[in-house]
Amino acid sequence: MVEGLVEVAPGWVVVAAVLLGLMALVGACVDGALTAHSDRRPLLAGAGKPIWETARLLRQRRRVLVASDPLLWRVGGAGLLVVALLMVVVVPLGRWTVADLSVGVAWFNAMDVMVWALVWLTGWGANSAHGLVGGHRFLAQALSYELPLMFALTAPAVAAGSLRVSDVVVAQQGLWFAVWMPVAFLVFCASVLAFSVWGPFSPAAGGDIAGGVLTELSSVDRFLVLAGRYALLAAGAAFAVPMFLGGGSGPFGPEWVWTFLKTVVLLAAFVYVRRLLPVVRPDRLVEAAWVIVLPVVLLQVLLVSLISLGGGL
Amino acid sequence: MISAVLFWFLAVVATAAGIAVFRVDSMARATYALAVSFVAVGVMLLLFNLEYIGVITILMMVMEMAIMGIFMIMFMGMNPALMPMSMVHNKRGSAILAGGVFVGLATAVLLVPWPERRGTPVADLTESLGETIMGSKMLVMLTVSPVLFATLVAAIVLANPRGRYDRFGDDLRRRPPAGPGEGDRR
Repeated sequence: MVEGLVEVAPGWVVVAAVLLGLMALVGACVDGALTAHSDRRPLLAGAGKPIWETARLLRQRRRVLVASDPLLWRVGGAGLLVVALLMVVVVPLGRWTVADLSVGVAWFNAMDVMVWALVWLTGWGANSAHGLVGGHRFLAQALSYELPLMFALTAPAVAAGSLRVSDVVVAQQGLWFAVWMPVAFLVFCASVLAFSVWGPFSPAAGGDIAGGVLTELSSVDRFLVLAGRYALLAAGAAFAVPMFLGGGSGPFGPEWVWTFLKTVVLLAAFVYVRRLLPVVRPDRLVEAAWVIVLPVVLLQVLLVSLISLGGGL
Repeated sequence: MISAVLFWFLAVVATAAGIAVFRVDSMARATYALAVSFVAVGVMLLLFNLEYIGVITILMMVMEMAIMGIFMIMFMGMNPALMPMSMVHNKRGSAILAGGVFVGLATAVLLVPWPERRGTPVADLTESLGETIMGSKMLVMLTVSPVLFATLVAAIVLANPRGRYDRFGDDLRRRPPAGPGEGDRR
């Protein structure tokens, strides 16, 4: 445990959940505002749309499907929010953290692997061909992004000499890891988009298969999955702050403000990327990921290891 | 006290999920029941302060089950995997085998004279466990793992129907190559 970092009582996880929900809402509102902007509608109405959409979904009657598997379907849909919360418990907010695990980085990694199962279950449970195709697409995509993501997380851990998130923050007091390991940072950001089924990595929910894993979802189930996607984006952005962006360090003011500010900026960037890039088919992504991205990120880890052996920057 | 309660709870979850693997009638449910069982075991390892091994167990097992589920559904002939089906073959034989193994192991657990703890646990349990299991064979294991990995990659390259010879032609000179996707084949 690092000097100055306080591990708060487990009960504070409720506050973490509220903050995560808030961040997910911010993400949804940014997306609503951007949609309104491109449709030339008033921005404020667009930003408020997620709230009305939530109210609509919560009042909607649940669609009942023939021969569906409600247990697996609901576990898959509701699990995304739970996994996002389990991710943020290891993220320090300024000088407070809910759980400063000795293997916090590996913990985050294990939680993002949970998404493999959850998205596929969401696709499977509905007993719909479109959903199943979406679920299979997600697993195909996961095979492309998971290894680069693991090595992107290895780079900061190697530089800090620890899998403990607070040690990684302390190791960045001189220079942010995002500055001197940009490849790892970019690969991490892309992987966050990928496990959130977002933007260029959203073929699992693609329009060409009528929404894929989202096709048959209705009512509160649909709300949980849509909110879970934004929560995963927010959790990924929040985790990037201690891993690559120096944690709560800032020129002035309290540290928690900087953690928030960095998270919101990165989250907004994640949300915005959807408008810039086309969706990538998983069978095309796999070649780029294994032939180009994986060797490049391995070189990044090699470089970081050599610099760390030589005494660091 | 709390950790004892948690341990027994996880033990019950792991066993119940393990039984569920053979009681449910759907491939997906059987696969993910097995995943739940493994996750419970992973959390138990966390209770033993083997943080790294516990977290990695959860990571690997969920990943493996997600992929295994697809293979189970894909290779189940005539696709009964999409219909309700029994998860047991050779009921009597497997019941005798499983019961025998369980009784044997349980007897061993009760009869073995477990040693008392000597000294105190080291700071890094994961490292000490690795040293105990591997010890002087560490170098051999470190060498064998890249060789095994290279074998896996080579096997996949040879088996891949859309490898570089299919895409770049027999002399690897076709430009531009046929795309990586099924739809892009010439």
